[in-house]
Amino acid sequence: MLVVALVAFTLSNFVGDPISNMVGQEATLEDREALREQLGLNDPVPVQFVRFIGDAARGDFGISYRLQRPVQDLIAERLPATLELVAVSAVFALAFGIPLGIFTALYRNSWVSRFILTISLAGVSLPTFVLGILLIYVFSVTLQWMPSFGRGPTADLGWWSTGLLSFDGWRAIIMPAVTLGLYQLTLILRLVRAEMLEVLRTDYIKFARARGLKNRAINFGHALKNTLIPVITITGLNIGGLIAFSIVTETVFQWPGMGLLFIQAVQFADVPVMSAYLVLASLIFVMVNLIVDILYVVVDPRLRTERRVTQRS
Amino acid sequence: MSEQHLPNITLGRRMGEAMVRFARSDLLFSFVRQPVIVLAFIITVVFVLAATFAPLVAPHDPFDPATLNLMDAFYPPAWTEEGNESFFLGTDNQGRDILSTIIYGSRISLIVGFAAVVFSIVLGVLVGLLSGFVGGWIDAVLMRIADIQLTIPGLLIALLVDGIARSALPSGAREEIAIYVVIFAIGISAWPQYARVARSGAMSEKVKDYVASARIIGTPSWIILLRHVLPNILGPVLVLGTIGLALAITSEATLSFLGVGVPPTTPSLGTLIRIGNDFLFSGEWWITLFPAAALVALVLAVNLLGDWLRDALNPKLR
Amino acid sequence: MVALLKVKNLRVEIPTRRELLVPVDDVSFEIAPGEILGVVGESGAGKSLTGAAVIGLLEPPGRVGAGEIHLGNRRIDNLPYREIRKIRGREIGMIFQDPLTSLNPVYTIGRQLIETLQTHQDLTQSQAKARAIELLQEVGIPAAAERINQYPHQFSGGMRQRVVISLALANNPKLIIADEPTTALDVSVQAQIIKLLKRLAADHGAAVMLVSHDMGVIAETCDRVAVMYAGRIVEIGEVHNVVERPNHPYTQGLMAAIPRLGGKDETLAHIKGSMPRPNAIPNGCAFHPRCPHRFKPCDRDRPDLMKGQGSEAACWLLQKEKANV
Repeated sequence: MLVVALVAFTLSNFVGDPISNMVGQEATLEDREALREQLGLNDPVPVQFVRFIGDAARGDFGISYRLQRPVQDLIAERLPATLELVAVSAVFALAFGIPLGIFTALYRNSWVSRFILTISLAGVSLPTFVLGILLIYVFSVTLQWMPSFGRGPTADLGWWSTGLLSFDGWRAIIMPAVTLGLYQLTLILRLVRAEMLEVLRTDYIKFARARGLKNRAINFGHALKNTLIPVITITGLNIGGLIAFSIVTETVFQWPGMGLLFIQAVQFADVPVMSAYLVLASLIFVMVNLIVDILYVVVDPRLRTERRVTQRS
Repeated sequence: MSEQHLPNITLGRRMGEAMVRFARSDLLFSFVRQPVIVLAFIITVVFVLAATFAPLVAPHDPFDPATLNLMDAFYPPAWTEEGNESFFLGTDNQGRDILSTIIYGSRISLIVGFAAVVFSIVLGVLVGLLSGFVGGWIDAVLMRIADIQLTIPGLLIALLVDGIARSALPSGAREEIAIYVVIFAIGISAWPQYARVARSGAMSEKVKDYVASARIIGTPSWIILLRHVLPNILGPVLVLGTIGLALAITSEATLSFLGVGVPPTTPSLGTLIRIGNDFLFSGEWWITLFPAAALVALVLAVNLLGDWLRDALNPKLR
Repeated sequence: MVALLKVKNLRVEIPTRRELLVPVDDVSFEIAPGEILGVVGESGAGKSLTGAAVIGLLEPPGRVGAGEIHLGNRRIDNLPYREIRKIRGREIGMIFQDPLTSLNPVYTIGRQLIETLQTHQDLTQSQAKARAIELLQEVGIPAAAERINQYPHQFSGGMRQRVVISLALANNPKLIIADEPTTALDVSVQAQIIKLLKRLAADHGAAVMLVSHDMGVIAETCDRVAVMYAGRIVEIGEVHNVVERPNHPYTQGLMAAIPRLGGKDETLAHIKGSMPRPNAIPNGCAFHPRCPHRFKPCDRDRPDLMKGQGSEAACWLLQKEKANV
């Protein structure tokens, strides 16, 4: 995280001249100097860095160049949108990816499996934005079932605003969530399939069969648990991908979230927003990884017990 | 014979042998057996050839203002009622022939894609070889950097690099260097995986006896690396590179679609899709859908090739 | 005594892309209740596949090409999956070589035992648990009541194999197939496991098919032994006969190759050449290219098992002597 903060800080201060960006071309030299002094840009670099961290920890990232509003407010407005989108996509990917993966592992040779696998290959090759456009074309332009942009009506729960409490809100979120989640879905599907096939070849599955256990017990009891353990970690690591591609999805669907904000920031070289996004994204990432690590220990008993000298038989 | 000549002869002979082995090999066998893969290969070749010989192949030159006629704008594809035969896939809002824009667009997409992949391979392999062969703290530092970078999604890195470049460079120069910036951005987001492969290759060769004896007679390390490690890692690098190419093309398209990729004067397939998107709602679907279809076809074909290559080169599956 | 397991002319086939492999060819033997039959041979001789065929666990594309397998008075090689599953674990128990990989690492051994018990018997959770503890005690796991809630990685190698044995024996099978049960264990532990197996088999009156490449283990443990070579049984008989007065040249070579303590200082005897792979089995007697006593019929006709001194062996030499006598 520190590395990210360093990068963000470097961005803010050394890339481009923040002053020029902020005051425009007409400001006089004196005005610029005054602003520099006010912002503390004349202080030695380490001091600035510490201040940056301090500010960031409080959530203060300064003022957006482009929109002339505190970045903090912008984030607060947009974060729920992105988080909801990412959450729904992740749930979508897991809810369909895991069962499909299991199915294609258990029924390897059926044509349904082959069909699903081919589709999954297509899923990997389809760029997110193309998929988004396609969905919009089919469902919004032709069929007019779902809105093609925006979030739909949102309800405010304190500081958070959610779109999930209304049917229309769901209608608005389905297409973006599917677009964002499809790539993850194909990854999860392939991963689950590969893992399960590996597990089904192990000795303990063979032994379970030799003990006459029912197929259901073997596949869903023994094999599944072992399959899901690595899947959890890898999915956690892929959250980064979800966050990155939410940028694209939000652009296609004009979804008012962090990603859209970021892209606009990149287009206009709005550095405070960029650095804020970076810090936030990596924060989310680190937290998710932490959760995954904890989950991993909970699920895999091999990691739980303390090492002690095993008894001689 | 002096030492200088030896490496060249063996390299040449090796390549010759490799080609003979390839022709007789399982690789070719498994290739011909799968019609889908042959199709994918054909598609890829068609794209590459069309893109290379674009001026000869494209029916119109979409970027020569002299030939453009606004009266030609918004023609739907030739097979529809209002279509025009000389514009096979229709025209866009400025009267440009879609088929031609796709051909020229593929050119840009492929150039950027290839260049980015070559860049990441060169960078990655060099770093990896250095890291693996020399070891020590250089290795530790380089691999740490690679690890950190691997946890960040490539798209984000590319966006960041692009964003930094944008704000750091004066706006006049931006247009010209934009394409190099994009190549650099995509390339730098992908080098770690090649570095890993090169590093493990270097490390496993390093401990072999012939390396020690080569060192004793004074052969410089880079010749050792070149002659012995490189051929070993060629296979995996090729597989990664092919899949990486698909990824690079996709990344470039995404960046261009988002507006932070190649400049509009040299549009790639992604740019075309972005332009066309604006007209989707007013019913001129062909402006965006045909470039999109072309992009998907290309990426899919390259992906299939990469997948097949991986399975075919995998010793475990033979 | 009526034999419990009767294997008649068993043939296992593996169709590959290029050819049809026959790693087990016309194998016949019987095991009586309470008897321990050893199946010995080099790696690749077909011993494990024979065991897998008996319990119906041949991995596809392997399949039973011909022959019959009878358990008690029932033919079991052609049963539908549902029936075979009921037999496995209930009437036939099987133990594999590596105790570490035989146990599912994410479940407690208690859960795995209870599951095995409840699959075949109608027991409540607490009844099954009590029985599981008894089983663990029977195989010699100390503090069974506590250790039942532990995971496989918390046991040492020998203990793990005991757990595996308890799992295989949970439902009192009449036949136990042990496929190299001691190969993955320390030498000091091997003896304990073998003793345990013998005791349990005797206590439960079960028949045992003990597959191993270790002649020493076989000699110690078994009543009868079958020697396999290139997918065929080349000699079968009571263990002391086969070990002390082997009839088949291959067995003779095996016995001669075992270094003995207190013997003269000689070079280690070994049989020239190596056992053929399933795709390159010679005509006639599979051993003839390496046999020091081969003569006219050996490369043409494949010998069946014939009566010799003490044991039966598949060797034309036996008929030659008979003819001369």
